[in-house]
Order: sequence, then C-alpha cells, then structure tokens
Amino acid sequence: MTNVTSSLLLAVILLNFFILGTSRLGACIRVVALQGALLSLLPLFLYGVNIHSLLLSAGALLLKGWIIPWLLFRAIRQVKIRREIEPRIGYITSLMLGALTTAIAFIFADRLPLQPEHMQSLFIPAALSTLAAGFLMLITRRKAITQVLGYLIFENGIFIFGVLLTEAMPLMVETGVLLDLLVAIFVMGIVMNHINREYSSINTEHLCLLKE
Amino acid sequence: MNLYLLILLPLLAALVAAMLPAERHRPLLLPAASLIHILLVLRELADPSPAGPHGMLYLDALGRLILLVVSLLYGAVSVYAIGYFRSHPTWSNRIFIVCLLVFLSAMSMAAAAQHLGLLWVAVELTTVVSAPMIYFNRNRFSIEATWKYLLLCSVGIALAMLGLLFVAYAGLQGGGEQGLRLGHLLEKAELLSKPWLRAGFVFLLVGFGTKMGLAPLHTWKPDAYGEAPGLVGGLLAGGLTSVAFLAVSRVVQIMTAAGEGVMARQFLMALGVLSLVFAALFVIRQRDIKRMLAYSSVEHMGILAIGLAVGKLAAYGAMFHVLNNALTKGALFMAAGNIHRYFGSKRMCETQGAIGVLPWSAGIFLAGFLAITGSPPFAPFMSEFAILRGIFAGGHFALGVAFIALLTVIFIGMSTSVLTVALGPTMEEEQPSEWGGESFLTVISPLLLLGAILALGLYLPEELRVMFQEAADLIEVTP
Repeated sequence: MTNVTSSLLLAVILLNFFILGTSRLGACIRVVALQGALLSLLPLFLYGVNIHSLLLSAGALLLKGWIIPWLLFRAIRQVKIRREIEPRIGYITSLMLGALTTAIAFIFADRLPLQPEHMQSLFIPAALSTLAAGFLMLITRRKAITQVLGYLIFENGIFIFGVLLTEAMPLMVETGVLLDLLVAIFVMGIVMNHINREYSSINTEHLCLLKE
Repeated sequence: MNLYLLILLPLLAALVAAMLPAERHRPLLLPAASLIHILLVLRELADPSPAGPHGMLYLDALGRLILLVVSLLYGAVSVYAIGYFRSHPTWSNRIFIVCLLVFLSAMSMAAAAQHLGLLWVAVELTTVVSAPMIYFNRNRFSIEATWKYLLLCSVGIALAMLGLLFVAYAGLQGGGEQGLRLGHLLEKAELLSKPWLRAGFVFLLVGFGTKMGLAPLHTWKPDAYGEAPGLVGGLLAGGLTSVAFLAVSRVVQIMTAAGEGVMARQFLMALGVLSLVFAALFVIRQRDIKRMLAYSSVEHMGILAIGLAVGKLAAYGAMFHVLNNALTKGALFMAAGNIHRYFGSKRMCETQGAIGVLPWSAGIFLAGFLAITGSPPFAPFMSEFAILRGIFAGGHFALGVAFIALLTVIFIGMSTSVLTVALGPTMEEEQPSEWGGESFLTVISPLLLLGAILALGLYLPEELRVMFQEAADLIEVTP
C-alpha cells in the first residue's frame, strides 16, 4: 500500500508544477480537479476499506473532483476568459519558486519530530509543498479565478495532512469541512461573476477603490 | 435537545424565508426567529442541558456568555431590519435574510461547540454567509470589500484548520490519541507534544485572529464594515468578533492547560498592543464614519486580547467587555446606518449636523461614542477599568501607561469626527432625502441597546457577574 500512496503523492507534487507553469485556465481547473481526485483516494489506501474512509473518499471525490470543478468551469464560461495573461511574476519564475519551496519542504519535513510511521513517507513533504504552491498562486496571480484555484490547492495541501489524522475528525465534522469548502467556492464564483459585470474583467487589480 | 433547537430553529426559519414568495413579509421572520432564540437561550441559562451523547455540543460558562451576547444583539438587529427593509421596499431581500438566519445558526453552533473541528466549521460558515450580506448594496465599493473579506478570511480560516491538525498531531505524538474534543484535550494537555502544539497555536492565532480582526490581520475590516449595511456592520462587529474571541479563548485554554500559557499570553499581548496602535493611527482624521467604527472595533479587539493575555481580574474585565463591546457597537452601527441612509453618504464632510434632522440617531451616535470610548457611567468604562486594574495588579506598569495613552488618543481622534457629524452646522439639503428620516423601528433598537449599556454601567446583576467570573476562570486553569 505504501507504494500506491507514494505514487499518488508524487503525482500530486508533479501536478503542482503543472499548475504553476500553465496559463490556460481550463487546463488549470482540470488539473486541480485531478489533484483533488487523486487525494481523495488516499484514505482508502492508507486505512483500507471501512465505512469512515469510504465515505470520506467518496465525499472528497465528489466535491473536489466533480462539483467544484464544474462550478469553476461555469464561472469562467460566464466571464468568458481562457487565459491568465499577465501574472505578477512570470511562469518560469513561478516554476523555479515552486521547485525551491518543494526542496525546502523535503528538507524541512526531514527535521520535524514525526511519528515513526510517518518518518519516511511522502505525506508531510507533499502537504508542505502543495501548501506552498497554493500560496504562490494566491499571491502572484491577478485574476480572481486563479486566486480561487490557489485557495483550492492550499486546501488540498491541508487535506493531505488531514488524511493522517482522520481519527481526530469525526465524520460529521469532516462533512462540515467539505460542505463549507463547497459553499465558499460557490459564493466566490458568484462574487467573481459580479466583479466581471462591474468591471468587464476579473482582474483583481481593479479592486483598489477602498484605501485610506 | 434544547441546544439542537438553538441551532436548527434559525436554519428552519432560513428555509421558510427561502420559500416565502412575498418580499414584504419576509423580514418579519427575523424578529420571530430571534425572539424564540432569546427565549431558548434564557431557558438554557436558567436550566443548562447536559452534554450530548458524543460530547460535541455543550455550553460551558464561556459558551453561555457568547451565546447570550449574540442572541441579544441579534434580537435588536432583527427589529431594526424590518425598518431597514421598509425603506428599501424594491430591493430583493431573499438571499440577504436567508444568510442572516444561517448566520445566527452558525454563531449558536460555535458557542456550543465542544469539538474544535465543529467550532472551525461554524466559524467558516459565518464567513461564507456574511459575504453576500456585505455585498447587499451592489456597487463597486461593496464588491471590492466582499472579495477582500472572502479571500482573506477564507485563507485565514484555512490556516486555522492547519493549526487544528497540528494540535491533533501533537496529541498523536504525545499519547497516541488524536481527538480534538475540548474536554479531552484539556484533560490530556500535558501529554501533547510541545513543538507541534506551539506551531498549531501560531496558526490558530493567525487564523482566528484574522476573523477577530487583530492588527496586523485586520485589513479586511474597514472595507467590510465600511461597505456593509449598518445592521450587518453591527452584527459583524458585535457578533462575529465575539465568536472569533471565543475561538481564540479556546486555544488559550488549551495552551494554558498544557503549561504553555506564557507563550500564548505573550503572543496575544503583542497583537493586542499592535491593534491599539493601529487603531490610534488610523482613527485620527478618519473621514468616513463607518470606517472609523471599524478601527474602533480593531481597538476593542486589542483590548480583549490584552485582557485575555494579562489574565485574572483583566480576564474578568475582558469577558464583561465582550458584552459591552457587542451591544455598543450594535447601537453605533445602526445609528451610523440611519445617518448614512438619510444623507446618502458616510463621509464626514457630507453628513454634518445630523442632530438637526435626525435627532434620535445623532443623539444615539453621540452617546454611543461616549460609551465605546470608555466614558462613565456607561458599562464599557467599568470593564475597561477592570482590565486596567488587572494590568496594574499584574505589575505591567509600562503596558498600563501605554494602554491609557492609546485610549486617550483614540478618544480624541474619534471625538473630532463624531462631534462634527452629530453637532456641526446642519447641511443645506439640496433635495429631500430619498429614504426619508428615521422611524420608530430604526431607532428603538439602538436606543434599547444603549439603555442596556447604561443600566449595566450603573448596576451589574449578580448573575452576570458570576457568569463573567466563571468564564474568566476557565481561561485560568493551570495544571
């Protein structure tokens, strides 16, 4: 089983790089969906098939792999954009920064006081590098939609870490967490649509009226 | 059972609101739901229900206090809301009212949550349902405020989730158990692995501190409070921040029980003082009355953080201050909303001399300003004084002096704006205001809140005093 989870996590890390390097929004959404779908399989491989892991996996797969991407696709159809034209820093630089943070994540995870069974696994470095990739997206992209994608990747990073701790979260709470995420993305999609209606674009640089 | 009702009843009302076709009658659901909520809360205070089967929902002293604060404030706001929607009869209010009702449910859930994960879910829910309420005015300013609020608070709350997972990992490292139930964590606090707990604390403080609006994480606050309708501003500044304060207190509880209280207190103290400094800097020459109130909210969150950090008598003062801050901010935002609506502006230069045209609202605004800046005989004076006495009793003389100095600066800074708006020469009206003047419904709520604040300043019932003391004692439990 460790082999499968390791390959899943490796794929997740590689997908981070793909997202950081591409300008096509459709591809970005698809890749974030794929990442979410891969992650949702983790509980099954880590804990085997039982009610808790089955429901968690199914819920996460449904939400991260299907409903949320569908919401995002609907949002970009409404605002009619396909590409992130001008990020604050270039794609090459983002990729370099992504590589750097991933390297740091691996070194840092080695030094953390971990449980013996988590020592050699890819869970912690994958979680940390995905968090970093999400954060990079959030601060370096101008379009509202790519910021939402950054937030989603960030959430994926938290999910990886959370899989290690499913016993701490009763199913009810996990359902709540996933539903909150869904509603948040739903509301963000609507707000995005209204930003577009107001400014005919979803560049967040227009949002600069309110200051001291 | 009673606790479940507190959470489910507003949800049920939200469902009814969503299905009700008539725009005119929908606002009436708010006071109806709120009245039942208040009655249920009072019954709960008189006769507390036992912990549920999984121990997920239970009201301890802190939860009771926050629930009472939220319920009372919500009651006042719900009456005001009827008047508010009467003056905007053509606006669609379906989404707004559904969100308002879900908001009440989420805040009740947060107050009763005994599982940190559940608390997180409730706090995150308050974020997503308050976003459409901030956007109610539907213009460029409010969309910007909404986007900033949504993104900043979502990311902040996500960080808090990471912090929660770290705390759970600390449990795994320490004793093999990884539960996030509050009682369990407090009991086994000494076993928690310290490095993970400390890291978790930092993330939790940043996350919930963002919701509370402690500087330097407060940047969404002036925008959101400034652009939201007055009643939403009041609910956010009085209700949501109280819930965030509860979350921060829970974290401090765990840290203290784990013997890491010193670190928690130092961090809180730093954020608290920074909040006072930021508020003092930005409240001076603030031209926008709602933004001014937002900075005042940053100030009071700073005061609460300092009270929590100093502990003992100051913690008691902080618990008292949660109630005072919520009720006074509610009154101030509703009065500011009336002024904003009448003049069609919330800029100081365009709203002068409100007392000539809106005698009640301007009077409430003025009295509310005196109350919130800690002038006797209003209750905030009593609570701030208790915090100050706690600071000096704890031997933090430099902090005490800085506290007084910063509060004085804020008083002076706010007074210039408030006095101009309330008492200056009345503006010449070019055309009669679109929304008309004040009505009974838009004045009675802030007036009642202000009356309560005045009464509490003159006489504090023993039951309330005991509740504040019990809530403060919860924070102090040391191994």
